Amino acid sequence: MQASIELDRRPEVQYLLRLGDTCLILAQRLGEWCGHAPILEEDIAMSNMALDLLGQARALLTRAGEIEGRAHDEDQLAFLREERDYFNPTLVELPRGDFAFSVLRNAMVATLLKLMWERLESSSDAEVAAIAGKAIKEARYHQQHAADWVVRLGDGTEESRSRMEAALAQLWRYVPELFTADAVDEAARASGLGPAWSDLREAWFGEMGAVLDEATLAIPADTAFMSTGKRGVHSEHMGYILAEMQHLQRAYPGGAW
Amino acid sequence: MTPMRPPSTDEARIARAWEVLGTVLDPEVPALSVCDLGIVREVVPQPEGLEIVLTPTYSGCPATEVIERSVLDAVEAAGLGPAHVTLRRAPAWTTDWISADGKRKLRDYGIAPPGAPALPGGAVPIRLVRRQAAQPVPCPHCGSARTEQLSAFGATACKSLYRCLDCREPFEHFKPL
Repeated sequence: MQASIELDRRPEVQYLLRLGDTCLILAQRLGEWCGHAPILEEDIAMSNMALDLLGQARALLTRAGEIEGRAHDEDQLAFLREERDYFNPTLVELPRGDFAFSVLRNAMVATLLKLMWERLESSSDAEVAAIAGKAIKEARYHQQHAADWVVRLGDGTEESRSRMEAALAQLWRYVPELFTADAVDEAARASGLGPAWSDLREAWFGEMGAVLDEATLAIPADTAFMSTGKRGVHSEHMGYILAEMQHLQRAYPGGAW
Repeated sequence: MTPMRPPSTDEARIARAWEVLGTVLDPEVPALSVCDLGIVREVVPQPEGLEIVLTPTYSGCPATEVIERSVLDAVEAAGLGPAHVTLRRAPAWTTDWISADGKRKLRDYGIAPPGAPALPGGAVPIRLVRRQAAQPVPCPHCGSARTEQLSAFGATACKSLYRCLDCREPFEHFKPL
């Protein structure tokens, strides 16, 4: 059994892992649709988006490992960390739910990532800026596709609308976490590595609001609930994803295709 | 076939390397060579051998590693080795880098080539309920502009799926990026 790596939790490492883990864990959830989506075209779409996200995650984890300076590569960072060392927001680790749940979450995350990549194109870290220059084009396409589905289902049949309303009620509670401010973000903003996630809040609400409006869906009221995945404190679902992702590398260290 | 004698000057080696790279096909769109696709950015002679600079198409394109391997195999088989590949992410690859010849080859192969990205840098305003592409995608079989998108994603990250409303043939479209 391969032991866990010990992570240097410096702010700049955490900042890049937040974004990299967001891509990695959502890719894992989207990959679960392969062979299960309601129509073949969407089966392919989910897998395609998962691949793009996985590619973005690989690049970010590689860069995080270089900055960390402990010779951890993308595979060690993906497969040999403890749960508390993953920094994705709780939103992306929630079980995939039904198709409405998945496409709404895709729209929410793609909108966030698009805004993030736009800002990261001018990161003080040239490699991060280069990764963003590529990923932004992919995120735009993902956002367009997901938003299109939110509108079709929200402003659709009685059944599709009720599914979308249920998804919205479940997912919206995880929005506040996305835009909380903390020392990790503060350091990134100060060094020019990237924006604080809270800097994206207004633009995110503007774009998501327009999509939900078009879908004739109402934004749910705020609640007091606050998730904490970005700090490494995850929901009960995270352990199961990691078990599935990690067991092969843990059982057969260095195993390759 | 007898291998050619390795060229003696750097200039000749670089020219020969470009020739060889022009025969390395993209594993997912075998109508195009890696040069047609525009992903080979530079060939630089280094003390340790030829450096071949590639720019990946999509972040998660599973063909990237196969392409790296095929490029090295081809260069070494031509007697130009040792060589190594460097990935360069910036500036990001765009379908504008596909050569005119490459676009023609795509059409002949039955794939509608990419048009220009909608706005500079590929930015597009978010359009809700998009049923049709911003610009018509002409059918590569009959040339008709009356086509419709069947699926925004296709068998590979770089393509979407269309159907011609005149000749009724389905076809793939290389997405502008």
